[in-house]
Amino acid sequence: MDTFAQLVILTLAAGTPLVFAALGELVTEKSGVLNLGVEGMMLVGAVVAFMVAATSGSPWLGILAGMGAGAATSLIFGAITLSLLANQVATGLALSLFGIGLSAFVGLDFVSVVIAGITPLSIGGLSDLPVVGQLVFGHNPLVYLSFALFALVQWFLYRSRGGLVLRAVGESPQSAHAIGYPVIAIRYAAVLFGGACAGLAGAYLSVAYTPLWVEGMVAGRGWIALALVVFATWKPWRVLAGAYLFGGVTLAQFQVQALGVAIPSQYLSMLPYLATIVVLAMISRDAVAIRLNAPASLGRPFHPAA
Amino acid sequence: MARLSLSGITKVYPSVVANDGIDLDVEPGEIHAVLGENGAGKSTLMKVIYGVVKPDAGTIRWEGREVAIASPARARKLGIGMVFQHFSLFETLTVAENIALALDAERARGDLPARIRDVSARYGLPLDPDRHVHTMSVGERQRVEIVRCLLQDPRLLIMDEPTSVLTPQAVAKLFETLRRLSGEGRSILYISHKLDEIRALCDRATVLRAGKVTGTCDPRQESSASLARMMIGGDLPHPEHREAHAGEPRLVVDGLTLPADDPFGTALNRIRLTVHAGEIVGIAGVSGNGQKELMAALSGERTVADAGVVRLMGAAAGRLDAEERRALGLAFVPEERLGRGAVPEMSLAENALLTAHRQGLVGHGFVRMDAVREYARATIAQFNVKAGGADAVARSLSGGNLQKFIVGREIRQMPKVMIAAQPTWGVDVGAAAQIRQALVDLRDAGVAVLVVSEELDELFEICDRLAVIAQGRLSDARPTRDTNAEEIGLLMSGSFSAMGSEP
Repeated sequence: MDTFAQLVILTLAAGTPLVFAALGELVTEKSGVLNLGVEGMMLVGAVVAFMVAATSGSPWLGILAGMGAGAATSLIFGAITLSLLANQVATGLALSLFGIGLSAFVGLDFVSVVIAGITPLSIGGLSDLPVVGQLVFGHNPLVYLSFALFALVQWFLYRSRGGLVLRAVGESPQSAHAIGYPVIAIRYAAVLFGGACAGLAGAYLSVAYTPLWVEGMVAGRGWIALALVVFATWKPWRVLAGAYLFGGVTLAQFQVQALGVAIPSQYLSMLPYLATIVVLAMISRDAVAIRLNAPASLGRPFHPAA
Repeated sequence: MARLSLSGITKVYPSVVANDGIDLDVEPGEIHAVLGENGAGKSTLMKVIYGVVKPDAGTIRWEGREVAIASPARARKLGIGMVFQHFSLFETLTVAENIALALDAERARGDLPARIRDVSARYGLPLDPDRHVHTMSVGERQRVEIVRCLLQDPRLLIMDEPTSVLTPQAVAKLFETLRRLSGEGRSILYISHKLDEIRALCDRATVLRAGKVTGTCDPRQESSASLARMMIGGDLPHPEHREAHAGEPRLVVDGLTLPADDPFGTALNRIRLTVHAGEIVGIAGVSGNGQKELMAALSGERTVADAGVVRLMGAAAGRLDAEERRALGLAFVPEERLGRGAVPEMSLAENALLTAHRQGLVGHGFVRMDAVREYARATIAQFNVKAGGADAVARSLSGGNLQKFIVGREIRQMPKVMIAAQPTWGVDVGAAAQIRQALVDLRDAGVAVLVVSEELDELFEICDRLAVIAQGRLSDARPTRDTNAEEIGLLMSGSFSAMGSEP
């Protein structure tokens, strides 16, 4: 098989969970809500997706269940912060810890279960074409889904009326309320979307990327997704670039290990996280871009009467 | 038949009755003033009409039919438009996007930019639909709000304190537009506490005091004094103002140039200013023209590389921070009372300690809590602050009382230079008069006082010399008695040639 095509396929595969989770969080944050519970929501999504896939035998049913579980987890966050006006940072952190514990607990019986995951496409004829065959048609179906999600988010935020309203709510909930938009309902929708995306990211990990369940298998990707959104200055295409950078370095790290270089593997495992943060921190130093794209009300509770 | 008729509107908040049985009728084509002090209930009443706030009692009739206005969307559907006092615009969006947000989905479709240009040309309100709001001046932003309302073709337009941020010339243009609108049969509810404007513009006035209607009149038949009596239940207080005896220069700014530290901020351009002992210098200007940046550079929140650019009592102070400048004898009253002037969650005593700790409130590194409380108590007594004692939390005070406390806290430190930014913004008439008197007394005691304000009346009342800030540049300060509102207004719009401030 063509090694270049293989590299691209593996890079995209490694970056895809970040694309899902970070795009979802981006939409949530654009509405002015900071949900730090991505890691937890991803884990809940991963374990539920795996359990449903294992019991039903249908990995796609598992993916759907994972999305639902992620959304349900985010609903807890929404109720506590949007309806009860609790602090978003504290609630989000608690949600992550809750998700880590809950997923480990309910997933106990599934640790050594083997399932048939979602495998990369193999379209007779097309995928066998030289060069482009693998490059264009050889990805996991969920990778194509992540492209679609990117296009959808980009279109929604900057081309649709709904996206305009969402950005307006994130910038000034008071003004949006004054001209008559249901701020709380819009924020709930954004939180649920973010939760479903995080669930999908987790489901991708446990059902498609490495079809198995291991406690804590999200391994900090939720936190990286959060950092991606900030460092990408809330721009979808930069989220995409950051996610694939992470994927690429993850891959390079395995290559180096395979070559038997005498660096402790722990150091190499740190690399993708470190590289992503360093690169994104460097491109995000533009104060104007941050002021123009950052949702001004991020993390602040809103009460209509106040 | 009246276009809008309110009867017995009542709205009760936990601590205050904002509206108490208010009746109000607005005829078609009428410009109707609602007059009252800050806190009289004007804004609450407008929010009731616009569906932002639900009244606890009372009925609203729109063109003869009883209606319940549950939301702003419902109000707009009826034909009610509102221009807010604090603009409800989104800074990072364009003019067209801002306007689209306020329109129904059907109305927002089609060639909106073309319609914006059309309406703005028809009413003399020039606007570029593709500009981002954060690049626009306050006057331009108000145009966006008005055009946004007009695109909804309203039959009643509510204007909430529309002139508080405009130059006198911009006010004249706004009045032209409003008269044209009323000529088309649209009704206008004009909220203000400025008596001259109401007498110049409005056909009828309803006066509110403490949530109740105290009178309805034809303002053209009334004098400012008679309107004021209805509004505050007494005569307008005026501070005593004696001739200034200016002494040595205390605060000197010589060629201060400072880039904006915020993409939405204003860069300061070669600012020169001298404040002598025993005089009050005022800086007029529409907010957002560099006042915030100038205040930060003077208070020491931002330092400048060239120490000699800011001199306090003759000492180069440009590189000193806020604490070091205070040690030299500077006192500072910032624009934001809650958050910068005072810590909202802390008691008045603790807030006093924050700037007055040099007044013997700290000994051997320990806070002397008794002395701190005594200092706060003395401030409360001397400046008639209505508060539940020295341990009351800053947030619990009304705006006027908290401002009196903050000004008092600074004055009792016996400063050599006093800088006050918008000292009476959002403060009721009585407290504002007290604060102005305190500043004048300070001047008479030989202190150099610098006041930054958007209220021209206030500046003309208390200042000995006046300068104008526009687009980050400061005009020369000239004696107040040698200038007038016209000239200051021209300078506020940035036409500095009138005063020849270019070196």
